[in-house]
Amino acid sequence: MRFVARVEVRLRPGIADPEGATIERALPALGFDGIASVRAGRSFLVELDAADLETARSHAAALADRLLANPVIEESVIEVTPA
Amino acid sequence: MSGTVGVIVFPGTNCEHDAVEALERLGADARLVFHTETSLQGLDALVLPGGFAHGDYLRPGAIARFSPIMEAVSAFASDGGPVVGICNGFQVLCEAHLLPGALQKNRGLTFLCESAVLRVTSTRSVLTSGAELGQELVVPINHFSGSYTCDLETLRQLRDEDRIVLRYVENPNGSLDDIAGISNEAGNVVGLMPHPERASSPLLGSEDGLVLLSSLLSAAAVA
Repeated sequence: MRFVARVEVRLRPGIADPEGATIERALPALGFDGIASVRAGRSFLVELDAADLETARSHAAALADRLLANPVIEESVIEVTPA
Repeated sequence: MSGTVGVIVFPGTNCEHDAVEALERLGADARLVFHTETSLQGLDALVLPGGFAHGDYLRPGAIARFSPIMEAVSAFASDGGPVVGICNGFQVLCEAHLLPGALQKNRGLTFLCESAVLRVTSTRSVLTSGAELGQELVVPINHFSGSYTCDLETLRQLRDEDRIVLRYVENPNGSLDDIAGISNEAGNVVGLMPHPERASSPLLGSEDGLVLLSSLLSAAAVA
């Protein structure tokens, strides 16, 4: 069965995020009020074949941990749905 | 002083010839080793030079870590062989878990290309053994992701085990604890963001990198 894993990677809380901080400072300058904080990240869409949802989830978690995120500074959030 | 140094070339590496030139100036034999090779036989030391291995896609060093040669590099390092990662090479060594921590985007989000003043803060590594503790060296930096970071436990370990080998006198990139270079526990694997090979001749404005590369060659000669 084919699944789509959406893997969102962002810096761990507490790790300095100069990109997020720059966007955070830019928003009020554009007139967006009430911005509390911005963290930057990136997301990946991975199509994968697996026997069932659980297997697809564990494959997605493994590839996020091994390659897509650097666990030293980043964390990932994974959402898997049938394609 | 002699020994043969392998300079690892990934697609996108661009400082390999500078590294070879600087090492040869010091009397060493140096040869390029392509990332698809799997053997490091006959080599006494390794340099992972700067550049943009695999286009720096995903994160600097993230893809290079899976290059075929990296298995041999890991084995060479765990056998005590001297290994130095310069700039992008430092990033590769961190991604390969041969050194702890990670290199993040510079604090100011700008690519930095300038001379930096470094202070030697440990001489128990293969790159700094010939330098004086506290010695100041002028060496160029050339990076976008050079801000060293790690968790506090790792930082404590690096300090306690005397593994912070070079610090910036004036921190250019937001690096934790002004770190410019670190070593592994044994001192045989070193990573640094500055480019000693670009400070290897009066024509380049500084020869201060030579003391570092000479240290590496001394380590290669006894390895």
